[in-house]
Amino acid sequence: MLEILKQSNNPEICKPLAEAVKEKAKQFQNKFGRNPVFMEVCGSHTMALARSGVKQILKNDVQLISGPGCPVCVTDQKSIDEMIALAEGENRIICTFGDMMRVPGSEKSLLDSRIAGKDIRVHYSPVEAVKVAEENPDKEVIFLGIGFETTIPILALMVGEAEKLGISNISIWMTTKLVEPVLRYLLDSGGDHMDGFLLPGHVSIVLGEDSYRYLVEEYHMSGVITGFETAELLSGVYKLIELALTEQTALVNNHPSVVSKTGNLVIQQWFNKYLTTCDEAWRGIGIIPDSGMDLKPEYDRYNARKKFYIEVNEPRKSKCRCGEVIRGLISPMECPLFAKACYPMNPIGPCMVSTEGSCAAYYQYMRECF
Amino acid sequence: MEKFISLAHGDGGELSHRLIRNIFIEAFGDSKAAMFDAAEIALAGGQIAVTTDSFVIKPIFFPGGSIGKLAVAGTVNDLAVSGSIPAYLTCGFIIEEGFAVSDLKIIVSDMAKEAKETGVSIIAGDTKVVERGSADGIYINTTGIGIFKQGISCSLEFKEGDAIIVSGTIGDHGVAVLTARGDLGIFSPIKSDCASLNRMLRRVLDLSEGIRIMRDPTRGGLATTLVEIAEDFNLTMKINERSIPVKEEVQGVCDLLGFEPLYLANEGKAVLIVAEKEKEKILQMLKEFPEGRDAAIIGSIIGKEKGQLLLETPLGSKRLLTRLSGTMFPRIC
Amino acid sequence: MCVGVPAKVVKKNEYSAVVDVMGSQTTVGTIFVPELEQGDYVIVHAGQAMSIVDEEYAKQSVEEWRKLVNARNSETVK
Repeated sequence: MLEILKQSNNPEICKPLAEAVKEKAKQFQNKFGRNPVFMEVCGSHTMALARSGVKQILKNDVQLISGPGCPVCVTDQKSIDEMIALAEGENRIICTFGDMMRVPGSEKSLLDSRIAGKDIRVHYSPVEAVKVAEENPDKEVIFLGIGFETTIPILALMVGEAEKLGISNISIWMTTKLVEPVLRYLLDSGGDHMDGFLLPGHVSIVLGEDSYRYLVEEYHMSGVITGFETAELLSGVYKLIELALTEQTALVNNHPSVVSKTGNLVIQQWFNKYLTTCDEAWRGIGIIPDSGMDLKPEYDRYNARKKFYIEVNEPRKSKCRCGEVIRGLISPMECPLFAKACYPMNPIGPCMVSTEGSCAAYYQYMRECF
Repeated sequence: MEKFISLAHGDGGELSHRLIRNIFIEAFGDSKAAMFDAAEIALAGGQIAVTTDSFVIKPIFFPGGSIGKLAVAGTVNDLAVSGSIPAYLTCGFIIEEGFAVSDLKIIVSDMAKEAKETGVSIIAGDTKVVERGSADGIYINTTGIGIFKQGISCSLEFKEGDAIIVSGTIGDHGVAVLTARGDLGIFSPIKSDCASLNRMLRRVLDLSEGIRIMRDPTRGGLATTLVEIAEDFNLTMKINERSIPVKEEVQGVCDLLGFEPLYLANEGKAVLIVAEKEKEKILQMLKEFPEGRDAAIIGSIIGKEKGQLLLETPLGSKRLLTRLSGTMFPRIC
Repeated sequence: MCVGVPAKVVKKNEYSAVVDVMGSQTTVGTIFVPELEQGDYVIVHAGQAMSIVDEEYAKQSVEEWRKLVNARNSETVK
C-alpha cells in the first residue's frame, strides 16, 4: 500500500503529468483565447500547490486562485481579538492549535500573551485539552475552536469526552467555518469568471461527494475533489481543464480512495448530536448566515461564549488586504504590504501567518527567483 | 557525596570543593589546572580559534545523547568547521538547587567520554547554583580553543559550479528531542545525531584543497545555515529537494505535525561547499566515517550575483528558501 | 484547510489505535471510523482517524496517471 501511496510523488509520473496538464491548457487557450481559471478552495491545497512547485510550473498556462479555505485567515479580526482577550482573564488556561499562536490581533498575538506570562498551550489534538482540565481542576480551560468541517467534529469530540468524564472546568470558544455557504457567497457575488473549483480532499472525507451537487445543479460550475500530493493535484487540474475545454459541467471525485459518495456518516452523527449552524463573520466579507457551527444550547456549559463575557473594541482598519485575498479577488502580490511591511516574522494579516495562508505560501514558495 | 544539589554547592565552600573534586576533576582529570584561576596553554605560534556556546535543552537526556555530550560536541564542531583542531574546552555550569547529583555525574561522564574520544582537554570550569525555580535543571556553557595547522584552512574562494555536500540525514536531532519530550504523544526510533565531527572534517581538510567553507547546521536547520552562507558571501545556491537525505521516520513526524525537515536542528552534521572537481573524492572520504555514512551532494553554487538559496522541487521548478521564521508550532491546517 | 496524513494501523484498541507514519508512531482516536482494522491505512487529522484509505481506489488513481502519461508519451513518439 505504501508503495502505491508513494507513487503520488514519483517524479517519473509527476513530470510528464505536468506536461500533459500544460498541453491540455494550451488546447484551452487555442479554443477560448485565454487561460483557464480555477479556484483551489482549500488552504492546504494552496500550500501544497506552491510547495510542490505545481503552481509555479503552471503559472503561464493555468490561473489558480487561492480561495477562502484557511481557517485562521478567514477568521475575522474581531473574533481573533476576542480570543486573545479571553487569555487575559485570571485563572485560565488557553489551549489552542499551533496555527493560532502568531496570528496578529489588533494589539498583540497569543504568543505575546504567553511571553507576558499567560498560560497558553499548544495542542495537536483538542482531546488533550480535556486532560489539561482534569489535571487543573481549580482553573478554567478554554479551547480556541477554529476549523472547517474536518476539524469541527474533533471539537465536538472534545466536548463529548469532557461530558463522558464529567469534567466541567472546560469549554470551547467556537468560531468555525463551513465550505458550502462561502462557496455560495463567492458564486453569488461575481465568482462566475471561474471555470471550476478544486475541492478540498479532507473536508470531503466528512461531507462526501454528493454534498457538492449544488455547484453543478444550481451554479453550473464544475468541481473536482482532489488530494494533496503532487500527482493528485496535477490530475485534479487536468480534469478541470478537460471539463472546461469540452464545456461540460460536472462533479468529479478525484480522491476516491478516501472520499465516498455520502461522506463519513459517523462524523455526521456527531455533528447532529452536538452542533447547530450559526451565523459567522468572515474576514473581508462580513457575516454569512449559517456559515459556521456552534454547540447546541443543551451544551451551553461547555460553550465559552456563554461562560465568559468578552467585549473588545471594533478593530481599526489597516491597509492589509487579506479580506480580498481570501475571496480570490487579488493575489497576495497585489497587496501593498506584501513582503514589505508584512512578512512571516512580522505578519500584519492572518494570510501571512498561517502556513497555508495564501500570502505565506506566496512569500515562501512563489516569490520570483530570478 | 550528597544526593541533590543545594545552593551551598555554589557558594564556594566545602560543598563547592567537593563538587569540583568529586565530580568534575574525577571526570575530566587534570587536577593541576584546577589549582589556578586560569589554565595555562603553551602555543607554538600561529593562530588559534575561540568559540563559546551555551547549552540548554529539554529533556537533558534524550535518545542519542545528553546535554553533556552536546556541550562538548557542539563546541568541538564549531571549532572543527572553522578549520581548526579542537584542543581545549572550558565549561561553566549553572545548576538548579535540588538537581540530582547522580544525573550530574552522568552528564559529566558523558562530557569526559566525548572529550576523550575527540581528543580535547577540559581545562577550566565554573559552577554556580541558583535557587530552585530560577533555572530549569542544568545549563552548560563551553568555550573552545582550536589550533590552526599552518597553511591549511577553508579557502572561501567560491566559484560557480562548487558543490554543496551535507554529511548525513537532516532533522534527526530535532525530531529526537521533540519526541523525547513526550508531550506530543509521538514515538520515534530516531536518535539524535549528536556527535563530534572533528576527525572526519580534519581528514577532508588535510587531503583536499577544494574546501571553500564548512558549517554545522544546528538550530534553524540546513536551510537557515545555507541562507546565511548565501547572503554572507553573495552566492546564489541551488539545492535539490530529492537529493537531501532525510530519514523516513523524520519525514513521518514532520508530516504529522506540519514541520519542514530543512528547518529542524542537527547536532552532528556538517555542510561543506567544495570545488566541483573534488566533490566525489570528498564525498567518498566523508562516507568512510560512520558519522558521514549518509553524506550526499545536494546542490551547487549557480551564480555570484544575488545572495539567495533556491530549492529545486521534484517537478523541476525552483523556490526561494528563507531563514526559519520563529518557533515551529505543530499545526492542523 | 486541514493537514491530513496517511498512517498505518499497527494496533487497534477500543476507541484508539497506534498508527505508524513511515516508522514513527502515535496514538489516534478511532471513534469516527469504527470499522477500522489492523493493517488499514487511515487519514489522520488533529489526532483522529478520519477515513480509511481504499487500496483499490488508490491503485486505480495510479493506473489513471500512468495511462495519461503513457498516452502522452506515445503521442510524442508519433
